[in-house]
Amino acid sequence: MIAAVLLGAALLAAPRLPGNPDLILERLPERSDSALRRSRAELRRDPANLALALAYARSALREARRASDPRYAGYAQSALGPWWTAPRPPEPVLVLRATLRQYFHDFPAALADLEAALALDPADGQAWVTLAAIRQVRGEPALSRSACAPLLRLSSALVAATCIAAANGLSGDLARSAPLLRTLLDRAATADTHAAGGPHAAANAGEKVWALSVLADLDERAGNAALAEADFRAALAAAEPDAWLLGAWADFLLDHRREAEVVELLRDRTRADALLLRLAIAGQRLGRPDAGAQVEMLRDRFATSRLRGDTAHRREEARFTLELLGEPRAALALAQANWEVQREPADARLLLEAAVAAGDAAAARPVLDHLDRTRLEDVKLAALRSRLRGAP
Amino acid sequence: MRTAAFLLAALSATAALAHKPSDSYLHLSSAGARIDGSWDIALRDLEEAVGLDDDGDGAITWGELLRHRPAIFAYALARLRASSTAGACAARPGALLVDDHADGAYAVLHFSLDCPGAAASLEIAYSLLFELDPSHRGLLRFQSPGRVQSAIFSPERPVQQFALPEAPRGLAGFLRDGLFKAGFTHLLFLLALLLPLVLRRGQKAPDPRQALGEAAAMAGLFAIAASITLSLSALGLARAPVRLVQPAIALCLLVALLDNLLPIIRQRRGGFALAAGLLHGFGLADALVDPGLSAAALVPALLCFNLGVVLGLLVPAALFLAAVLRGRRLEAFVP
Repeated sequence: MIAAVLLGAALLAAPRLPGNPDLILERLPERSDSALRRSRAELRRDPANLALALAYARSALREARRASDPRYAGYAQSALGPWWTAPRPPEPVLVLRATLRQYFHDFPAALADLEAALALDPADGQAWVTLAAIRQVRGEPALSRSACAPLLRLSSALVAATCIAAANGLSGDLARSAPLLRTLLDRAATADTHAAGGPHAAANAGEKVWALSVLADLDERAGNAALAEADFRAALAAAEPDAWLLGAWADFLLDHRREAEVVELLRDRTRADALLLRLAIAGQRLGRPDAGAQVEMLRDRFATSRLRGDTAHRREEARFTLELLGEPRAALALAQANWEVQREPADARLLLEAAVAAGDAAAARPVLDHLDRTRLEDVKLAALRSRLRGAP
Repeated sequence: MRTAAFLLAALSATAALAHKPSDSYLHLSSAGARIDGSWDIALRDLEEAVGLDDDGDGAITWGELLRHRPAIFAYALARLRASSTAGACAARPGALLVDDHADGAYAVLHFSLDCPGAAASLEIAYSLLFELDPSHRGLLRFQSPGRVQSAIFSPERPVQQFALPEAPRGLAGFLRDGLFKAGFTHLLFLLALLLPLVLRRGQKAPDPRQALGEAAAMAGLFAIAASITLSLSALGLARAPVRLVQPAIALCLLVALLDNLLPIIRQRRGGFALAAGLLHGFGLADALVDPGLSAAALVPALLCFNLGVVLGLLVPAALFLAAVLRGRRLEAFVP
């Protein structure tokens, strides 16, 4: 298999010798902040300086998310190099290492780092909020909620409320979580108009986008499509949207059969696998001629990432196999492997859809048990559940 | 509020939503002591490692790349160490080209490695970009006469060994394998099948010429049938699960042995030889399995292996039968 993929890469290659020295070979991605370059230059002059390394690693990780480019996450890791492998890294290194491990979907190692960090400094808000996020991804809303509680003291009211609403919304309190978060968001918006342009404006925008995207998810799962759409639009307008928000918005549009808008939204975002996947799904449903090439491109990319040993793409690969290749058996196996790592509503939905398509009601059992145990509410999951019950 | 800005903008924006990570594509092809290489490295990575964008306009031109040619080769080749058992290989830079991959433009570095002496294996230590981006991977494709090997280098696995083609083990090696690896079971079966032809119980000694002729026909049928499934299986055109083949071969042997005591397959001996041969061919294919063998090298290797198998079965069988017949003839003179 490896040989086949590498052979494929070799066949595509047609190295050339350009004649014109002014020929532009590559445009570097725009670096939103030259601050990142400055901070890197400072660190290179003094690589043993922990404060410089932490500052650079934080900016690089932020850039990895903003630009959807995993290279920056690698740069962040290498900046922490001298401390990364230490037996007892300093507390801020533990928190950043956990965040990077979460980025690469190594959740158990990230949790261990966070627990070690919080033992050293129980007042680190960043550690608590990351812990809450990982517990949520792992389908442990009760543990997530207890990680949110200290944020009431350690962060803004909006961050704490968003954290708690997300956890409660996953464990049987969907109906009350969304209105509560909406009230807080409105209050924050009024406060914003007084402090517009202040030093915390950018930080507030980040918090607001997070709160709005959580709210959109709550509204969508409660079946309030109009409210969810308004939340998404407010989040998209609040700051330059990152790949995660674009992906969630595209999923909303796909669910409501608005494929043409997805094509419009993601036409130029094909470098990120997860966004290319949504573009290809929209294209295939619309019968667009470029959908076939996109499917082939995705097939290549998943093969390469499997070759590298990356496992962060299982959810996307399962969805690709189910929706674009139409191979429910293979998709079910991938969705099951993904379920062992991630247990968000999207992961539950994928496994149930694959189980329905493969006609394998027994495979859905672990997910249905999880839904019962956590009391997760979601109109789409409920519909899938009744389809599974109707099946023989 | 203690922390002004948490890293929280969508904590779910992980690697799953990101672009393709950093990979380099390294191709090596060996012919004797000399190894030719070409190495595709993303311009974005070289910019981070060496610095290419001199005028800082965010665009990398061919002129800028050419200006940094010595630095690029020095940076890259210092991070690829090859050595054989006889010592380190010397790297020599060659042409610099450009190629477009799905995720952007790559520099293509041509180079050669001169390795001391002839060695059975080559050790490659890869460390390109690991100090800058530990999520970088090196994807290697190593071509040598008759085989293709591939590997992935990571900070966890930066050093790997590769077998170099053993020059003497060519077709003669496969002939030898066929002769000796064919296995005792196959020979035992053939003998059990042929024995009743020359050793009919309670009958007079058979006409040696007729008995040998029958035995030769039977053995030929068996060998041809085995060659057919062996070839199909080695070429990947047919597959039989090992856990079915091995017990089936054992059952065949049992039937053939019992047949010496009870007449089970008397009249259907030819058909039985044919069926058993097909089955044994699948079993023999296990002895030939060599996943590194390229398709072009497989056919001659297969022919030699087949020849070896046929010789390895028929020669001992013929000798054994001749001995038995001679024994019976002597017995006939005993009053």
